[in-house]
Amino acid sequence: MSIYNEYKTKLTPKIIEDIQDYLKDKKVNDAKLRKILDKVVEEYEQARVHAGESVGVIAAESIGEPGTQMTLNTFHFAGVAEMNVTLGLPRIIEILDGRKKIKTPMMEIYLKKPYSAGKNVKEIALSIKETKLEEISTEFSINLVESAITVALDKIKIKELRITLAQIVTVVSKQLKGFSVKASKDGSSIILKSRSQEESLNEVYKAKEKIKDTHITGVKGISQVLPVKREEEFVIITAGSNLTDILQLAEVDNFRTTTNDIFEIQEILGIEAARQAIVDEVFKVIENQGLNVDVRHIMLVADTMCVSGFTKGITRFGVVSEKASVLARASFETPIKHIISAALIGEVDKLDSVVENVMLNQPVPIGTGLPGLVTKIKKKEEK
Amino acid sequence: MKKQFKTDKHSLIPKHLKLNEKEKQKILEQYNISLNGLPRIPKTDAAIVSLNAKPGDLIKIIRKSPTANESVFYRVVVNV
Repeated sequence: MSIYNEYKTKLTPKIIEDIQDYLKDKKVNDAKLRKILDKVVEEYEQARVHAGESVGVIAAESIGEPGTQMTLNTFHFAGVAEMNVTLGLPRIIEILDGRKKIKTPMMEIYLKKPYSAGKNVKEIALSIKETKLEEISTEFSINLVESAITVALDKIKIKELRITLAQIVTVVSKQLKGFSVKASKDGSSIILKSRSQEESLNEVYKAKEKIKDTHITGVKGISQVLPVKREEEFVIITAGSNLTDILQLAEVDNFRTTTNDIFEIQEILGIEAARQAIVDEVFKVIENQGLNVDVRHIMLVADTMCVSGFTKGITRFGVVSEKASVLARASFETPIKHIISAALIGEVDKLDSVVENVMLNQPVPIGTGLPGLVTKIKKKEEK
Repeated sequence: MKKQFKTDKHSLIPKHLKLNEKEKQKILEQYNISLNGLPRIPKTDAAIVSLNAKPGDLIKIIRKSPTANESVFYRVVVNV
């Protein structure tokens, strides 16, 4: 055991584990073990990326080439509920560009122990789904004489959602200030009456349109829910995403529940979680397409996007804008804009990096071009 | 008011540790780097709110890595 500890700084935990696993039931004495480990360290050092290797270009090629084979299909139907999911190249572009508004936000909601068995998943899913007044009512009618609105309610749906008439009344009256809200005697509808006597028809009509959007129950932003069985437990997949509110719910396992909205993750779980999410999401798409890209390339890209502490896309507004060199920025997109603004503020280009040296026809600091010579120059003694 | 979620309990968040001054100097010396050469993390980041970190502090992050099981990363705390 102690010998392994000596090598902790030289090898990764995974390699040490693998060796331990392999030698578990073989008799190896300490001297031999040391010999094995030394050999492994030697091989490991050989296999590591060398200083000056252009990892960025290699990552770009490794992701870009399989990208040409990806389907351009934006939409894919997953399951019966006809939920749209952005897949393939459009999704990769979306993630790497760091788009704030993604096309199809989705959540995977895991449930805590008693609920995950699947007894009440349907009810839980329904209670999460955002419900508006429009969805639980059958008819909106305006009484012109009394300038009142009658909303006929769908009793079956209300029963499914387990809400009472009183709840609906309070929610609606909060939304609409100038009207008094009452439930009808038989409980099949709610009646809204204008408080002021001379409400114009236009106003009443506007109010009618407004209450259609009243949020009754559920989590805002979740437009569709779909319970799915996944290896002995039930998971709720949703269209629309609202991580903050979902994580507050009692039934939700807030350890595993995730969303595919990288910016939401960054805001609520921090930059490191966002980096992990980028890796996971990109890898998921590539794997889904039956392609094979090493995670290391994706990890490099994700790291680059997250160095500044905020997720930045690989665009001229994101990571490229952070480059120190004017010429490097100009070589990406909108060159004239960059050069003019650099000239105006008198920016200095230190020519530290690759692109600018390519432009100036100088050796680039890559591979053997990276090390510089350091020698002491002695003055020749005069005779 | 914005709702706060206990962030140390999510599968996506790796372990974040605040280093003390001595450890910090050791790391800077080991990698021969100054603080502004390191990746950054905003002071308000959800994962380090409970660590009470000030700008200039060094955060050690122990990530789960598919290639090495565990990998260590450092970020310096900055003002937003």
